[in-house]
Amino acid sequence: MTPLAQLSLDITWDATLRNVILGSMILGLTSGVLGTFAVLRRQSLIGDALAHAALPGICIMFMITGTRSSELLLLGGALSGLVGTLVLLAVTRWSFVKQETALGLVLSVFFGFGILLLTRIQHSGNSAQSGLDRFIFGQAATILPRDVAVMGIVAAVAIGVVILLFKELKVVTFDPAFAASIGMRPDLLGVVLAGLLVLAVMIGLQTVGVILMVSLLIAPAVAARQWTTSLAGMVILSGIFGMASGVAGSVISSLVDRLPTGPMIVIAASIIVIFSLLLAPQRGVLATYRVRRSRARRFRAELALTDHHGVSRT
Amino acid sequence: MTQATLTNVQTVPPLAKSVIEVRDLTVAYNESPVLWDLDLDIEPGKATAIVGPNGAGKSTLLKAILGLVPIAAGATRVYGAHLDTVRNRVAYIPQRGTVDWDFPTTALDVVTMGRYGRIGWFRRPGKADRAIAEECLAKVGMSGFAKRQISQLSGGQQQRVFLARALAQEADLYLMDEPFVGVDAVTERAIVELLHAVRDAGNTVVAVHHDLESVPAYFDNVVLLNVRLVAAGPVASVFTEENLRRTYHAPANPIGADGTTTTVRAGSEMAPVKAMLR
Repeated sequence: MTPLAQLSLDITWDATLRNVILGSMILGLTSGVLGTFAVLRRQSLIGDALAHAALPGICIMFMITGTRSSELLLLGGALSGLVGTLVLLAVTRWSFVKQETALGLVLSVFFGFGILLLTRIQHSGNSAQSGLDRFIFGQAATILPRDVAVMGIVAAVAIGVVILLFKELKVVTFDPAFAASIGMRPDLLGVVLAGLLVLAVMIGLQTVGVILMVSLLIAPAVAARQWTTSLAGMVILSGIFGMASGVAGSVISSLVDRLPTGPMIVIAASIIVIFSLLLAPQRGVLATYRVRRSRARRFRAELALTDHHGVSRT
Repeated sequence: MTQATLTNVQTVPPLAKSVIEVRDLTVAYNESPVLWDLDLDIEPGKATAIVGPNGAGKSTLLKAILGLVPIAAGATRVYGAHLDTVRNRVAYIPQRGTVDWDFPTTALDVVTMGRYGRIGWFRRPGKADRAIAEECLAKVGMSGFAKRQISQLSGGQQQRVFLARALAQEADLYLMDEPFVGVDAVTERAIVELLHAVRDAGNTVVAVHHDLESVPAYFDNVVLLNVRLVAAGPVASVFTEENLRRTYHAPANPIGADGTTTTVRAGSEMAPVKAMLR
């Protein structure tokens, strides 16, 4: 039996694999759509700080409730992710520390604290402890049908908000001063986008984990920008690239033994990025190189012509 | 202390009802104020230039009128009301350099954004809005560029797109921040013609302007600004050598960090004035 035939059999019969693929698709779609705005607003790394800052929240939620349910743990993660983001914004606003420095600060302090808590939990002898480390690099196999349902609902809400507020998000992202002058609220919409980003990150923590999550926000959007000339096109394409990465990553990791799903999804997305950066028709490296070379050749030809006619070029 | 300076300030007596009223306006981003105790009236149906050295608070004045920067003291009113109630009558053109022109969108789409204020929240631009946007793109001579990526436009073309977006707002008052910066001569002429057409149709135009030499040709009124108001009124009576010297010589900050009044700007800032007066 060919691997592909085997796979189609697996998907039909294997509920776990079906959950993984479905979950990865939802994750890719959501992070692709929201990553577009994060990238265009130059805030993609805020997603990184947010994801890392989720870890202590997950641990504290576990320590308080002793639960293993993903929803509760992710709720804890969302809360501490939000706290991390607020600290980041506050440090940037009220101190002389620059944003990228504050980013590094928040990211490492929160993540370090999370690891500290995680180590304590793992040495506490609590039998339910196993599995918390799945949030670091992600462990797609732990995704349950219930998790997929929650992910689906969260994704629907996030994408619904983007569709509803598309015009507003567009003008606020492109020209915030003008947007404010016509009565839009850049500050409010910024908060909405940050909230949606939190949702996207929470969807991804179980699959790709806090460390790799940011790449799913950035990669599909960067790739999509290469191929399209409109924001709607970029959002849709980025969602499709994200979904494709999710499916490809989870399928490949199921076909090959001992290949982790999360990192595989990230690698799939990265391959799409490399392909797009090189080959996109107008913005691709090859296209720009070709245009520049033909232009230089044309100039040289013209210059040779003027030289030939004895016209001084100095 | 401010009293002594204020006696020297010339202001227009409010002939017609002012489009913009600025009263005791002070704006500060940090310790040193950007605008200090400003009183100003903008005359309706005229093209007014806001002129002054770098850091004089020209852009900040527009932003304060639009409610885009926090006001430390004083108040501004537009058409005698709070801005929120007359927003659809006001079009704002920010400096071209403040947006990312690599944003994935087309010229026509940017112009359509001029309709967003009238469309309101949640609703989409319709056929009528798109028709108006196309019309406005034609008015700035950019019909052929409707589907063009904005990153592929020249500086002058980008400025025209911004102008078309303002026209699409169908406003009565146009606030422009440096509309002539970085544009070619053809575009500059096109913008001036449009600006005059807009004014002749009964609208009011206020533009932050850098080039002193073109002020008399382009504008009816002028506001000379250097943190404080130096003078404001018709170009013929206000745009004088004496006033220009005071604008470009005046202390940048009314009160220095040590509490004393300092004169910061001279030298290079005076170059355009000297060139003009020769």
